[in-house]
Amino acid sequence: MRLASLVFLPLLAAAAAYAHRSPRFRSAWLLVAAFAHVALLASLWIVPAGPAFSGWLAVDALGLVILTVVSMLFAVVAVYAVGYLGAESPRGGRAFVSCLLAFLATTSLVALSHHMALLWVGMEATTLALAPLVYHRHDRRSLEAVWKYLVLSSVGIALALLGTFFLAAAQVQGRPLLVEDLMSGAKTLQPGLLRAAFVFLLVGFGTKMGLAPLHAWKPDTYGEAPSLVGCLMAGALTSCAFLGLARVAQVMTAAGQAAFMQPLLLAFGLFSLLVAAAFMIGQTDLKRLLAYSSVEHMGLLVLGLGLGGTGVWGTVLHVLNNGLTKGLMFLTVGNIVLVTGTSHAPSMRGVLRQVPVSGVLLLAGLFAVTGSPPFGLFVSEFTILGAAIGQGHPWIGVSTVVLLAVIFVGMARTILEVLYGEPVGPAPGPREGSLRLSGPILLALVVLLLGVYLPLPLRDVLARASRSLGGAVP
Amino acid sequence: MTDFSDLLLLLVVLTDFWVLGTTRLSSTIRAAAIQGALLAALPIALHPGFSIHLIGLGLGTLLVKAIVLPGFLQRAIREASVRREVEPVIGFTASVCLGAVAVALSFAVAQRLPLPEAQTALLVPVALATVIVGLIVLTTRSKALTQVVGYLILENGIYVFGLSQAERVPFLVDVGVLLDVFVGVFIMGIVVFHINREFDSLSSARLTELKD
Repeated sequence: MRLASLVFLPLLAAAAAYAHRSPRFRSAWLLVAAFAHVALLASLWIVPAGPAFSGWLAVDALGLVILTVVSMLFAVVAVYAVGYLGAESPRGGRAFVSCLLAFLATTSLVALSHHMALLWVGMEATTLALAPLVYHRHDRRSLEAVWKYLVLSSVGIALALLGTFFLAAAQVQGRPLLVEDLMSGAKTLQPGLLRAAFVFLLVGFGTKMGLAPLHAWKPDTYGEAPSLVGCLMAGALTSCAFLGLARVAQVMTAAGQAAFMQPLLLAFGLFSLLVAAAFMIGQTDLKRLLAYSSVEHMGLLVLGLGLGGTGVWGTVLHVLNNGLTKGLMFLTVGNIVLVTGTSHAPSMRGVLRQVPVSGVLLLAGLFAVTGSPPFGLFVSEFTILGAAIGQGHPWIGVSTVVLLAVIFVGMARTILEVLYGEPVGPAPGPREGSLRLSGPILLALVVLLLGVYLPLPLRDVLARASRSLGGAVP
Repeated sequence: MTDFSDLLLLLVVLTDFWVLGTTRLSSTIRAAAIQGALLAALPIALHPGFSIHLIGLGLGTLLVKAIVLPGFLQRAIREASVRREVEPVIGFTASVCLGAVAVALSFAVAQRLPLPEAQTALLVPVALATVIVGLIVLTTRSKALTQVVGYLILENGIYVFGLSQAERVPFLVDVGVLLDVFVGVFIMGIVVFHINREFDSLSSARLTELKD
C-alpha cells in the first residue's frame, strides 16, 4: 500500500497540478506531494513494508538508499522551485510542475521495482518526464540539448531493453525477471546469455548514468537545463540508473560471474575519471563543469563496484553523498546564475561580494564535491581508494589519486576566479530569496554531517546494501 | 505456422533494406509502417492457439507501430515540407552494403547463442539484424526525422527479440514497452517540429552550437 502510494501519489498530484490554472495551487500540489513522499519514506525507515503486487514492488536496503536520495532531493527542489517560479516565471509553468511530479513518480518506481522489466519501464519514463524540462527555455541551444538528450538516452535505454530480454532468456527457472528469483536461481542462469545481458545493460544504464564514453549528452543537457532540473538529473536520475546497473551486478555476483564483470566496470570507471579530468581543465561554463564532475562521480561509483570488497561499501556510501552534494552544487549555481544572468565563468566575478550566502555555499560545495575533508564524499572516496590499494590494485589507486588531484585543480581554478575578483557591475538579477537558499543550506549541513558521523540506522541499511552487492563492510 | 512466420520475418528484413536504400522520407516512413504491420502479425503466427494476451499484443502493435506513429511522422514531413534525405553521412549504396554485412553477422552470432525457446531459427538473427540496421540509420542520416525512423526500426528489432520470450515476459510489460515507444517517438516528433521552426530545416547536422 505504502509502496504503491509512493508511486501513485506524485502521479495524482501531477494530474491535479495540471488541471489547476492558478500558479498558487500548482505550487501547493508540488509541496504537498513532495512532503507526503518524504513522510512515506520516513515511515519505511521506521516500519519496513512487505512486497506488493506479487513481489514486483518491494523495498530492500539498496532501493531504500536510492529512494532516500530521490525523496530528500525532491523535497529540497520543490521548495526551491516555488522560489524559482516566482523569480523567473516560465512559459510552461503548468507543464513544468507536472513534469517534476511525474519525474518523482517514475524515479520512485525505479527505486522500488524488483522486476527488471518494470524497472526498465520506469527508467524510460524518467527520460521522457525530464525532456520537456530540459527544453524549458525554448531557444536554439536548449533545443539542441534536448535533441541530443532524447536520442542518446533513448538508444541507451533501448539497448538496456535488449539486455533485459537477454536476461529473461538466460533464466530457466523461477518467475521471469523478478530480482528475488534471479538471485535464488542465479547458479542455473545460462552463463553466455547472462554475460550478453550484462554487456547490453551496462551500455544502456551506463548511457543514462553518463559514464564516459557514453556521456556525450551530459554537458549539453546540464548546461542548458534549468539548475533545479540539472540537480534532479545529476542527483536523482543518475542514482536510479546506477541502481539499474547495481541490480544486474547483484545477479552477476550471485551467478559467480564477478570475474567477467569487474574488469569491465573498472575500465568504465577509470575512463570516466580520465575524460572528466581532461574536460574540466579550462572549462569556462559552471554548469558544464558540474556535468563533468558528475561524469567523474559516476566513474567512481562503478570503480568501487568493480573493485568489490570494501570498494562496494564505498560505492554505496558514495551514491548517498554524491546525490546530496550534487543537489547542493546545482541549486547554489542556479541561485548565482539567477543573479548574474549567465553561467559563463569569465563574465562572473566577485560573486562572494555580490551574493554572500550563495558565495559561501559555492565555496563549501567546491570542497564537498571534490571530496575534501570533512565532507561526506571524502569518506566514500577514501574508502574506494583504500579498497583499490588493499585489494592489490595499486596502479588503479595511484591513477585515481592523480586524476582526482587534476579534477580538484580544474574545478578550484574556475570556481575561485568566479568567487573572488572585482564584480563586473551591479548584479542585474533578483536578490537571494530565503526559499531558494534554504535547500542548499540544508544539503550542505547534511553532507557535512555525513562526513563526520554516520547514524547507526543509516549505517545498518548501507551495510545491508553493500552486502547484497557482494561487498564487505569495514 | 512456422512457414508463415518465416515469411513474415523475411519480409521484415526486406523492409530493413527498403529503409536503408530509399531517399524519399515519405517512403522511409511507409517502410517503417509496413514493418510495424508485419510485427503485429508475428506474435499470432508464432504462437498458434489464440490467447487474449497475443491478440492484445498484436492489435496494440498494429495501432502504435503501423498506424499512429507513421501517420504522425507523415504529418510532420507534410508540415515541414521536406521530401528527401539529401546528405547522408555515408551513401545509400554503402549503407545497403553495410546492412547486408549486418544480416550476415547476425546469422553468425545467432548460431552461437544458446537460446532454448526460439520458435524458429530465423527469429533471433532477424531481430539482431534489425537492431543493427536501426543503429546504422540513426548514426548515418542527417535528417532528424530519419533518425526517429531509425529509432523505430531499432525498437522493432528489440521487439522481435522480445517475442522469443513472449510466453515468459508478462502482458503488462508488453503494454509498457508499446506505451514507451509511443510516447518516446511522440516527444521526438514534437522536438522535430521545433527543430524545423527554429532552424528552417529538419537537419540535426545543424545542431552544432553546443560543444567544448
